[in-house]
Amino acid sequence: MKLEKRAGVVTALEVRDLSVELGKRPIVSDVRMDVPEGGWVCVIGPNGAGKTTLVHAIAGLLPHSGSVLLWGRPIEELGRRERARKIALVPQLPAIPESFTVEQYVLLGRTPHLGLLASEGPRDLEAVASALERLELGWAASRRLETLSGGELRRAVIARAIAQEASLLLLDEPTTGLDIAQQLRVLELVEELRAADGLTVISTMHDLTLAGRFAHRFALLSEGRLVADGTRAEVLLPHVIAEHYGARVGVIDDGALGWAVVPLTGREP
Amino acid sequence: MSYVDRPEHRRLSPRARATTIGVVVLVAAVLVGLLVGPVRIGAANVMRWLFSFGNTPAGMSEQQALILADLRLPRVIVAGLVGASLAASGAAYQAVFRNPLADPYLLGAAAGAGLGATIAVAYGPSSALDLTVPLAAFIGALVGVGLAYGLGRSSLGGRATTSLVLAGVAVASFLTAVQTFLQQQRSETLRQVYTWILGRLGTTGWDDVRLALPSVALALATLWAVRRLLDVIEVGDVEAQSLGLNVTRLRLVVVIAASLATAAAVAVAGLIGFVGLIIPHTVRMMVGGSYRSVLPLSVLFGASFLIFVDTLARTVVAPAEIPIGVITAFIGGPFFIAVLRRNRRAA
Repeated sequence: MKLEKRAGVVTALEVRDLSVELGKRPIVSDVRMDVPEGGWVCVIGPNGAGKTTLVHAIAGLLPHSGSVLLWGRPIEELGRRERARKIALVPQLPAIPESFTVEQYVLLGRTPHLGLLASEGPRDLEAVASALERLELGWAASRRLETLSGGELRRAVIARAIAQEASLLLLDEPTTGLDIAQQLRVLELVEELRAADGLTVISTMHDLTLAGRFAHRFALLSEGRLVADGTRAEVLLPHVIAEHYGARVGVIDDGALGWAVVPLTGREP
Repeated sequence: MSYVDRPEHRRLSPRARATTIGVVVLVAAVLVGLLVGPVRIGAANVMRWLFSFGNTPAGMSEQQALILADLRLPRVIVAGLVGASLAASGAAYQAVFRNPLADPYLLGAAAGAGLGATIAVAYGPSSALDLTVPLAAFIGALVGVGLAYGLGRSSLGGRATTSLVLAGVAVASFLTAVQTFLQQQRSETLRQVYTWILGRLGTTGWDDVRLALPSVALALATLWAVRRLLDVIEVGDVEAQSLGLNVTRLRLVVVIAASLATAAAVAVAGLIGFVGLIIPHTVRMMVGGSYRSVLPLSVLFGASFLIFVDTLARTVVAPAEIPIGVITAFIGGPFFIAVLRRNRRAA
């Protein structure tokens, strides 16, 4: 197993010349990126830039050209279940099964750890209980999914991914549709998990301020191409955002309030 | 025993309660099925006969024992097998197509099985019907589901709940039309096929038990084995794949097993609609949506339901019989509308 070491940092994910076509239309073209183990990389870009497609391709869910290496191994070499033990996906619009309890739902995360016809043992139930605890949903274990609020539901989906015990967590728009408090709560919980377990996180996000406050590196996709890749100071710049999002923004770094991207509307009430 | 049972939270989990009710109801259904008929045989005699295992107990005539052994018992068993098969395949189709309206009847599986069986009856060698009817019904059921799924996905634009059912209804009508045409061509078998289409358990004997049992057992065992994976498919193809499941293979295995069960049911009992809709949905209301509970309980309640319905079918207008499919449609039609409305609201 080849581990690419650079300044003592292990590369968890290497994406090389990744291209995805859906129905002959190129959606993602020649993307090349590295994600260090334990890092948090945020894929940003305007709607339709190919963020979700890129995330699904990394998860091995889409046919693609180029290569995706996970700790040095091409994901095509991994079997389905082995891949699912290494990569957990929290999709943008998770399908919520009807009349499932939260516990039954989170238990689905144990699928890649179970033989085809086996049923769950104490080890699996423990993983589920621990995932629920960590996402602050222990109280909701026997509640039905449809009785949860949007924020609780999002945490349940993340709990399922945590129960999967994968080392790479893919979060596709984890904060969409949540109020500001729930957005923060979800991201802070993810950050806690990352810091505690050394998880590697790749997320897509539209809220650049939140992205800028949590992620370490930023990969900017525009029309399927990676147009910028680097730290906040390298990527989240007004002229870069203006060019690729077509939006006028300002970036402030206030000593007291911290860092933020603000839209410039030219009008103040 | 599993995560659903939490003795520290409540005395009896919904699943344990539903299982208990299911077993009690099934026992009651079997007893009622044995008890009811034109020849009066008292409950005490029926019990005594049951526990004498094939011998004629004292105080009972040979004739009464024969009625129980060769008429009522096989009929009850076949009704139970058919009900269990239709309910379980309904639940299985609903799971793999992620469609609450999927049912062997509405999907075209039953119509396909009907056409297959008709071809076997009308054109096949009359000496080997025991083999050809179930086989042709199985192939027909697979063709029916395959057509409905293919059409529902491609021409009607995919994922809408109703497109699969619309395609299924179209396929069912077409296959039924072909079947009617074939019957007319072979008018000498017309009556035989016709009574069979409407659902016949009137001429049931141990032959039918022998005909249905192997396929039903194989199909139900397969579905039971994969019931946990049916839960995984509930989160959709992409997410299920991200959890390491081979969705295409599971769907294929489940469709084959469900179609085998449907075909066995159709081969011995004709076209009986809506059981696959009524039972799984009722079970879901009791225990929630997880197929670990829905599947086994559908088997239990499906069997009881059809035994009761069959008993009703042969008593309401006795000495004549109402075709059993008429009664299930009578209950199932309104039920279908209720499910459709509920589903519309949710969507």
